[in-house]
Amino acid sequence: MSDTSQTSSRQGSSLLELSERTKKRNAAEARFRGYGMTAIAIGLIMLMILVFTIISKGVGAFQQTFVTVQVELLADKLDKKGNRNLDDIKKVTTFGYSPLIRAAAETSVEQAGIATDLKSKDIAGLLSKNAAATLREYVVSNPNQIGDTVTFRFLAQSRVDGYLKGRVTRESIANDKNISVAQLDLVDQLVDAGVIQKSFNLAFIFGSDASDARPEAAGIGVSMLGSLFMMMVVLVLALPIGVAASIYLEEFAPQNWLTDIIEVNIANLAAVPSIVFGILGLAVFINYLHLPTSAPLVGGLVLTLMTLPTIIISTRASLKAVPPSIRDAALGVGASKMQAVFHHVLPLAAPGILTGTIIGLAQALGETAPLLLIGMVGFIASNAPDGLASGLLSPNSAMPAQIYEWAKRADPAFYERAWGGIIILLVFLITMNTIAVILRRRFERRW
Amino acid sequence: MSFVKLTASTLAIAAVSATAATARDQVQVAGSSTVLPYASIVAEAFGENFDFPTPVVESGGSSAGLKRFCEGVGENTIDIANASRAIREKEIKACAEAGVTDIIEVRIGYDGIVFASDINGNSFEFTPIDWYKALSAEIVVDGKVVANPNKTWADVNPAFPAQPIQAFVPGTKHGTREVFEDKVILAGCEETGDFEVFKHANGDDKKAAEKACISLRNDGLSVDIDGDYTETLARIDSNKDGIGVFGLAFYENNTDKLQVATMSGVVPTTESISTGEYSVSRPLFFYVKKAHIGVIPGLKEFAEFFVVDEVAGPDGPLAEYGLVSDPELEKVQETVSTEATMGDNS
Repeated sequence: MSDTSQTSSRQGSSLLELSERTKKRNAAEARFRGYGMTAIAIGLIMLMILVFTIISKGVGAFQQTFVTVQVELLADKLDKKGNRNLDDIKKVTTFGYSPLIRAAAETSVEQAGIATDLKSKDIAGLLSKNAAATLREYVVSNPNQIGDTVTFRFLAQSRVDGYLKGRVTRESIANDKNISVAQLDLVDQLVDAGVIQKSFNLAFIFGSDASDARPEAAGIGVSMLGSLFMMMVVLVLALPIGVAASIYLEEFAPQNWLTDIIEVNIANLAAVPSIVFGILGLAVFINYLHLPTSAPLVGGLVLTLMTLPTIIISTRASLKAVPPSIRDAALGVGASKMQAVFHHVLPLAAPGILTGTIIGLAQALGETAPLLLIGMVGFIASNAPDGLASGLLSPNSAMPAQIYEWAKRADPAFYERAWGGIIILLVFLITMNTIAVILRRRFERRW
Repeated sequence: MSFVKLTASTLAIAAVSATAATARDQVQVAGSSTVLPYASIVAEAFGENFDFPTPVVESGGSSAGLKRFCEGVGENTIDIANASRAIREKEIKACAEAGVTDIIEVRIGYDGIVFASDINGNSFEFTPIDWYKALSAEIVVDGKVVANPNKTWADVNPAFPAQPIQAFVPGTKHGTREVFEDKVILAGCEETGDFEVFKHANGDDKKAAEKACISLRNDGLSVDIDGDYTETLARIDSNKDGIGVFGLAFYENNTDKLQVATMSGVVPTTESISTGEYSVSRPLFFYVKKAHIGVIPGLKEFAEFFVVDEVAGPDGPLAEYGLVSDPELEKVQETVSTEATMGDNS
């Protein structure tokens, strides 16, 4: 009976005409392709929105407004005793320099041929509070210039910078006590006169963090060094330990319940949230071992713990991928097991190991959560380290921690810098991942 | 073999650097995120004007900072704790147990707490009673204690627009929260007379009545913000009905997005706070570990520099940023220069 019913259902079917079922199957496939393409399209759109937002918000941080001012380094203000003694000159604090800056700002407005009713205090208010620090630093390092008139390019105040970048408008400053409309009018005139100019902001990439009162002076350079030192610690510790552990586990260790447990635990460790490693770091490295807080060494140690599982897993995978025939051949010609591993297996697995390491490092580079707990977030990245020991031990921040810190601060100008920092961080991450891809492409062998 | 050697030498380097970690040459500060901007401004100026390295300032909240401060004496503990409230008895005790006995309390000035909402929204003229009625978990209606029934600001005070109540208040780890509870919610509670009702209902227990006043509603109309003011600002940005609690300095940096509400008819400014007209303000402190003076280079110089007239005075950079300078600054300067500890004061 069943046979007849089958033949009857096939009757009338043609190769040229699709049956109901085939049509349904084809439709299902077309639908599935559609879903897949939509998923990819959504992903791409999201990525584009992300990249667009980051770039459009952050690109402003790479430009900064400068004011060119001629400052007369008055000897009676800076060196009251007139003996050019450096210790005496150093006694004049940055507050003692503000009269010079006020006078200089006023004369530069006069020289530009602009008439204004603003007081010298308001004119000098267009300059960053960093100006006095720049000036003092210059005088302390060039004490013989006292008495001369020197041309400086000072940073402009963050509101002025924001005005030239379109972030600050005349409407938005209605209640702002940091700047007035009259000051903005003066800015317009000074821009026409060429006194105020926007140019590339090298200090953002190489400078140190600045306090809340002068966002225009903040840079990511010192925290970049902090990240660099941490990555150094991670590389120096995690790579040898990780590779040694995986070689032993893969090549030498007997297969028993103990190694099984270790294996499972390593896989689990890779999934542990990074904040857990931060708490561990606080408890072990700082509270128990008494390592200094906020030090990149501690940050590096914590990130090493975090990166180890990634490196071990990828190393073991690439060791596994080396065919046993290579080991057998080496052993066959009389090599010891260790020689077989180090002379033949390891070099062949190296590209995979390096790729895994770089990806692990890139992960560690972008990590903020564990750094919160070991004191690397705050106003920290202010002193550039002067050597290996101070780089590892004196307090520093890291790039993602610095970005987080900027995003928290009150002045909107810091927000722009946070996005700018993200661009720099992304450039680092993309570079590292590209290197990993290139290594894999060029050196990986398939059997 | 090379890997083994590399690992061994790495560990050796790590060990050597760890032993080199004994001498710390910069001041370490942690604590209140309200004090952080001021501390960082001073730290920066200190680094510029002295030959000492710039001090390190971490945030995390007054309580967290004082907890770290009280961990003990030694180079791996912090030297200064910033706080947006006075240190508590409990904390002094905890400090003493860990060996931190001589603490110098330094008041740097006053900070206003302001209520601000989206710049394009309704403007408000609050009194403490309004906030108490809007946010307390239980209020008294017709002589009976009931769960807070108010849903819109018009329910609280007929003079207000019928805007849904949505408040973003600082979380409990912030020193700001304590001031908000004391000077706004509790003040409102007492002013309405509800305090007496609560006291009566709790068997004349003042503490329980206070607690009943200041426990905020948890039906989603009052949201605790554990992060910083930027988070509060972001919440108001996405919810235009929201009203947030900010520090004066933060508001003054974001006047393009926020409008400030008056409290009892007074607009918060540094002037109205320094005269005491604007009531919701609190002193800001930092606490110095006396045992570290002379051990950590620059600690005393930093503490002194923090309160000199040029920095903390009415024309200094701190006042410019939004701090209301202390009218008794001279006394504070004396405290720091004589290293008078808290025990000596009382």
